[in-house]
Amino acid sequence: MNNNLLNYVLQISDNAMILGHRLSEWCGHGPILEQDIALTNIALDLIGQARSLYQYAATVDGQGKTEDDLAYLRIETKYKNVLLVEQPNGHFGSTIVRQFLFDAYHYAFYKALVNSADETLSAIAEKSLKEVTYHLRFSSEWMIRLGDGTEESHQKMQDALNSLWAFTGELFEMSDADTSALEAGYGVDLSSVKSFWDEKISEILKMATLEKPEEAWMQSGGKQGRHTEHLGYILTEMQYMQRTYPGQEW
Amino acid sequence: MVATTEQIWKILEEVTDPEIPVLTIIDLGIVRDVKIDGEEIEVIITPTYSGCPAMNMIEVNIKAVLQEKGFHPIKVTTILSPAWTTDWLSEAGREKLTKYGIAPPVQGAYDKSALFSAERVVPCPHCNSSNTSMISLFGSTACKSLYKCNSCLEPFDYFKCH
Repeated sequence: MNNNLLNYVLQISDNAMILGHRLSEWCGHGPILEQDIALTNIALDLIGQARSLYQYAATVDGQGKTEDDLAYLRIETKYKNVLLVEQPNGHFGSTIVRQFLFDAYHYAFYKALVNSADETLSAIAEKSLKEVTYHLRFSSEWMIRLGDGTEESHQKMQDALNSLWAFTGELFEMSDADTSALEAGYGVDLSSVKSFWDEKISEILKMATLEKPEEAWMQSGGKQGRHTEHLGYILTEMQYMQRTYPGQEW
Repeated sequence: MVATTEQIWKILEEVTDPEIPVLTIIDLGIVRDVKIDGEEIEVIITPTYSGCPAMNMIEVNIKAVLQEKGFHPIKVTTILSPAWTTDWLSEAGREKLTKYGIAPPVQGAYDKSALFSAERVVPCPHCNSSNTSMISLFGSTACKSLYKCNSCLEPFDYFKCH
């Protein structure tokens, strides 16, 4: 078993899984039908990506586990997603801000991962990149529409941006798994992802008439398994069936 | 029973997409290869979208249709690369989509990495008017966007470029 590779794959899949689950909470609650459908479509893409990645992680792990074991039977401290994706949905605008901050990262990350020396990671990245391109377009459009909308929508977007900003530093922090992946040729240099991200964020915020928050202290820990209190609640709901009826199938 | 690959490709035309039943999996370009090793038949498929919920059912249906014809054992393998694209949709598939009321992808996909690139004109599958507008980038399934026709006022699905 290659522990570094396993941790690396889990970092990527946990991001997709947790954000996908968060978005799925909008199902039936969207502000209008079309946006309800859009958010759950994005959730479906992300959960699909997580499945491919968990299947691969299970192979790398080599202990006879399945994708379901990894999604449903790990505890909070074993999850390696960044803190941003586990933050609560809030109102529609704050879901959009969270999505936009992550999509811009996700897009540049997959674009670089296509060149991974690991064939499976490269294939998953190639597939996912096409989907994330749509996600980024959707969230960018809504950033502009709501940021440059009414006084009220503008203020709500600015407030959401200010409060989520502290979770963006972690996206580019190199964990041990990131560093060893980069050295071994299958990982991504997050500093190059950051240059794309900075540029994209500035471009869209400008169009959205929103202020980029000032450099401030950043909260991290997700990649090391230290999460905000929210992840526990997500897992409680997500894992309930498997915990209560182990091995249950549809 | 030993088969030829031509025979298997032909039989696979009987398997349709569970969500768009007018299209076969061959029309969609989901089947990438068929390999025969003695009695074993391997069908290699690729998903349209990572989260496409139809993939498991397609796999079950491939096995069912081949077993019905007496072939055994059958293995279905999923590959992700090269990633599926709407460019693989067959000409017959495009015609079937239009007749079914879904606008087929407008060919010559524009650079999808460019944000807000102008949408190509998507003709209405009902009245063929080019006066249409997009309601939502995301539609009833992962592979479709929602449009409306400003001429006949009917809403319609657009099988989006991917």
